[in-house]
Amino acid sequence: MNSEASAVAVQSAEKTYANGTRALLPVSLNVQQGEFVTLLGPSGCGKSTLLNMVAGLLAPSAGRISVWGESPNALSHAKQRMSFVFQEATLMPWARVAANVRLPLDLQGVNRPEADQRVIDALKLVGLEKFSDAYPRELSGGMQMRASIARSLVTDPSLLLMDEPFGALDEITRNRLDDELLTLWRSKGLTVIFVTHSIHEAVYLSSRVVVMAARPGRVVEEVMIEPTIPRDDAFRVSTEFAGYAKRLQDSLLRASVSVDEALA
Amino acid sequence: MTRDGVQRLLLPLGVALLLVGVWQWWVTAYDIPAFLVPSPLVVAQTLVKDWSLLGAALAVTLKVTFLALICSVLLGVAIAFAFVQSKWIETAFFPYAVLLQVTPIVAIAPLIIIWVQSPTASLVICATLVALFPIIANTTLGLRSVNRGLQSLFKMNRATRWQTLVRLRIPSALPYFFGGLRISSGLALIGAVVAEFVVGTGGTGTGLAYQILQAGYQLNIPRMFAALVLITLTGVVLFALMGALSKWALGSWHESETTVS
Repeated sequence: MNSEASAVAVQSAEKTYANGTRALLPVSLNVQQGEFVTLLGPSGCGKSTLLNMVAGLLAPSAGRISVWGESPNALSHAKQRMSFVFQEATLMPWARVAANVRLPLDLQGVNRPEADQRVIDALKLVGLEKFSDAYPRELSGGMQMRASIARSLVTDPSLLLMDEPFGALDEITRNRLDDELLTLWRSKGLTVIFVTHSIHEAVYLSSRVVVMAARPGRVVEEVMIEPTIPRDDAFRVSTEFAGYAKRLQDSLLRASVSVDEALA
Repeated sequence: MTRDGVQRLLLPLGVALLLVGVWQWWVTAYDIPAFLVPSPLVVAQTLVKDWSLLGAALAVTLKVTFLALICSVLLGVAIAFAFVQSKWIETAFFPYAVLLQVTPIVAIAPLIIIWVQSPTASLVICATLVALFPIIANTTLGLRSVNRGLQSLFKMNRATRWQTLVRLRIPSALPYFFGGLRISSGLALIGAVVAEFVVGTGGTGTGLAYQILQAGYQLNIPRMFAALVLITLTGVVLFALMGALSKWALGSWHESETTVS
């Protein structure tokens, strides 16, 4: 794979904290434009660390990370087309939904009429156009997450980094948001890196799953999910789905067993 | 007004009426002389009779209290901003902020009165020293209590230091600031009264504390009580005022000011 053409290229990036904790052993990963890649693993496997390094929020201790051929922190303002969705909705409680969604545009100095139009468009994408004047505390958890997604889409990014975004939601809401996310991914031609510890969510969403293991954090295996399978309720209960889920589960189990043996 | 609001007003008022009633009954029934404990009625009569004197004194005390409150807000917020700009500044100066807090104002008031010519200015300085610390401590805490995720979001969007301060740090700090303001408003009043006790007759315009001292010398106990009532009422009104200010600023979004529906 040509790493220069990748949206994201991770070359032997690793993270060791000052106290000597090895959060992540060297990882190499190329994500092509338009891929939906999921980082799957137990807590402490370094999946969030890897995502934060791609976002430029954490610097790798060694190795190199580039986004469209540039260092994540050096992405020029005009090319800033990477958005991050956090574990929690992380909305500003003192600002109404519209102002929250407009924040990235305000920070980038986009003029008000244009920004307002883009906010309306983004809210429509997530079905929150009626709630633009509400305060975050007046919304349910799922709606807050929708607002957070609208905020990440308002800059029209081509790369979306998502750190267990639906982890705190109930399963019904989570499934619905998974579907909405897939629709957005397809219609906007997004590249998504999605962090989760849910095997089912990983199978349902991804075109490729990167299986990770903890202590020390590392990549174990990559599993491709056949992209031609339609992602719908029928897929969730199909034998193919169960097959993929079993494969990922076995992979996760093997990884944790091998660590236990090494420690014994 | 909501039923809850009516209750919140009526219940304390009922307690006040009951206490005043018991007081009036006790003084009348046991024939307590007014130079020991005046009845509420006598206190009220004194309040009306001596209003020209007491009203002027109240205005002086109020002026000192509000000036001190304004000074401690401006100074306290400025110091808090300096503290969060650099860990060095905070480490170097925070112990002195604590020193300010633990030094009894009565101990340093005589010095300030010697150093500062204007009596009003020295009173304001004393009261400011008393009221300053909660503003510093709370605002500093507030400016530091910023959601980590939002901080990352601002960083990823290349927010300038100024944008982060105005759009993130200051709004995050507001609930803490208003908590400090409520404490400081009471302290400013206490500081104004205590400082005047120490300044004594040094002033030209005299406040409520001076009236209490004078009334004490003259054994004019009803007037003492009347002045005391004014100070207490001022404190209550001040507290309510700060509460209303906080509700106005935070009511739409912060948990402390929103009622569960």
